[in-house]
Amino acid sequence: MATESKTESYVQKPKSFAELHDGIVSGRTRAADLAQLYYARIAEVNPQLNVYLSLTKDRALAQAERIDAAAAKGEKLGPLAGIPIGIKDVLVMRGASATAGSKILKGYQPPYDATVVRKLEAAGAVLLGKLNCDEFAMGSSNENSAYGPVHNPVDTERVPGGSSGGSAAAVAANLAVATLGTDTGGSIRQPASFCGVVGVLPTYGRVSRYGLIAFASSLDRIGPFAANVLDAATMLGVMAGHDPCDATSSTASLPDYAAESGKSIEGLRIGVPAEYFGEGLDPEVRAAVEAGIESLRQAGCTVKPVSLPHTKYAIPTYYIVATAEASANLARFDGVRYGYRSPASDTLAAMYSHSREEGFGAEVKRRILLGTYALSAGYYDAYYLKALKVRRLLAEEFLRAFGEVDAIVTPTAPTPAFKLGEKADDPLAMYLADIYTVTASLAGICGVTVPCGTTASGLPVGMQVLAAHFHEGTAFRVARAVEAAQGK
Amino acid sequence: MAIKVTVEDVHRVAELAHLELTAVESERMLKDLNAILGYVDELNELDTSAVAPLAQVSELEGAAGAVALRKDETVPSLNRAAVMPQAPDTDQVFFKVPKVIER
Repeated sequence: MATESKTESYVQKPKSFAELHDGIVSGRTRAADLAQLYYARIAEVNPQLNVYLSLTKDRALAQAERIDAAAAKGEKLGPLAGIPIGIKDVLVMRGASATAGSKILKGYQPPYDATVVRKLEAAGAVLLGKLNCDEFAMGSSNENSAYGPVHNPVDTERVPGGSSGGSAAAVAANLAVATLGTDTGGSIRQPASFCGVVGVLPTYGRVSRYGLIAFASSLDRIGPFAANVLDAATMLGVMAGHDPCDATSSTASLPDYAAESGKSIEGLRIGVPAEYFGEGLDPEVRAAVEAGIESLRQAGCTVKPVSLPHTKYAIPTYYIVATAEASANLARFDGVRYGYRSPASDTLAAMYSHSREEGFGAEVKRRILLGTYALSAGYYDAYYLKALKVRRLLAEEFLRAFGEVDAIVTPTAPTPAFKLGEKADDPLAMYLADIYTVTASLAGICGVTVPCGTTASGLPVGMQVLAAHFHEGTAFRVARAVEAAQGK
Repeated sequence: MAIKVTVEDVHRVAELAHLELTAVESERMLKDLNAILGYVDELNELDTSAVAPLAQVSELEGAAGAVALRKDETVPSLNRAAVMPQAPDTDQVFFKVPKVIER
């Protein structure tokens, strides 16, 4: 009864890290062949999905050759040896284009590697290229990229979510086995949910941001996308840890996340906040998430309500804090040291404003203006300071809740993936797509989004598993149980 | 909803942020900023007179995030030869910009 026109699906499940690792260690799979296989698929599918902005072929193939040589000599290989991985284009790789989805950085080739890039390569990863995203990671649909939107591999008429839309779509379409994204207000979790993959928001301070083009520094985090929970946990283990180059990175001890993710969840206390199941939640999303919660109960968890009454204030708090910080961070794009400079400028002041006017897109300008307004004389107390106070209330509320439960589960997003263009003209409606994700961003806690079902028309639904600061292991355990209950 | 931001405010803030908006953009930003700030007004429902601001979660009691500052030691910065080619206008030693003072 195909009455509805259905667009083509590009969904393809990548092999697991373990399966690929076995192949590479045994010599059955050559890392160089695997990389070429991925480049061939990218050449075929990328024109339809617009996932990659640039490829780093020479570097990837040189790394793959090194892995193959090491494997042939029987050397011990790193946990990501030969695994093809994509990098969101807000993270820098020496000599490779880094646009942050913006015209203002077109052609920019940073002279150094981000710490996460260095760590992934040290573990053997083969970095395929740079992934499309909303400009400066500002957006919830990937429609704010200066290089065109990403299409959702499940249904190409729909958005992949944002801002890490390319990172989520790449894993869903098997254009990379895993990817890196960044999350400031939901930019890993929401697109992972929309594309049906696993996405991780590590605790603030868990992963070094050195080499991340900053959006809002008290909120920005880097995390992995993968096709399953175990691979996401393995990848976080590689990325995490203290880095002297990022003063906010933590010296907290680093557990074995892969081992943690396999532990039984029997006896864990799971909190369900009513505030995340109210008005605006799509009924099919609700049903899928409730089924996921039921599977946790079946697996031996205690499920109980928790109260997070300040949740409704999270979006306005977030959009003041994040834009205030963005207005300061984006001041560096002035046409002097790197990036775009307007040719039509005869004074310094005119060069600044022309370069920024021509280089930034509408959403970036909107956020810079909002942030500048909130920080300006006469409005600082009413907006910025007020938002910081409410931020404390939101964070303390989570700390109290985690005194009663080990993890909190919610829908990741209020709806499944929406259509391209549907919310593009209404910034406020777009901001509400982040309603269930901004709270954890403001509180600094960690979370994992895991697919928990689909709607009747086949759109993926994600469940968000939140845990206390530096308790990623617990979030992985719960997410893995949700996955296992679906026979995965 | 009361109008909070005027078109003069938009121009003043744009100037502070070194953004030059077209007339069409100014109108659009005026509408959007008023819609967003109208929503932000919900925060005033909360009495926060006894709440300390939280700018960074590492300040949070109970969040257990040990942060260590690195030693204050002199280390070489990025090599000029690697950095300068990215500049829009440079003599490879300095960044060149349009003149700052009109004479």
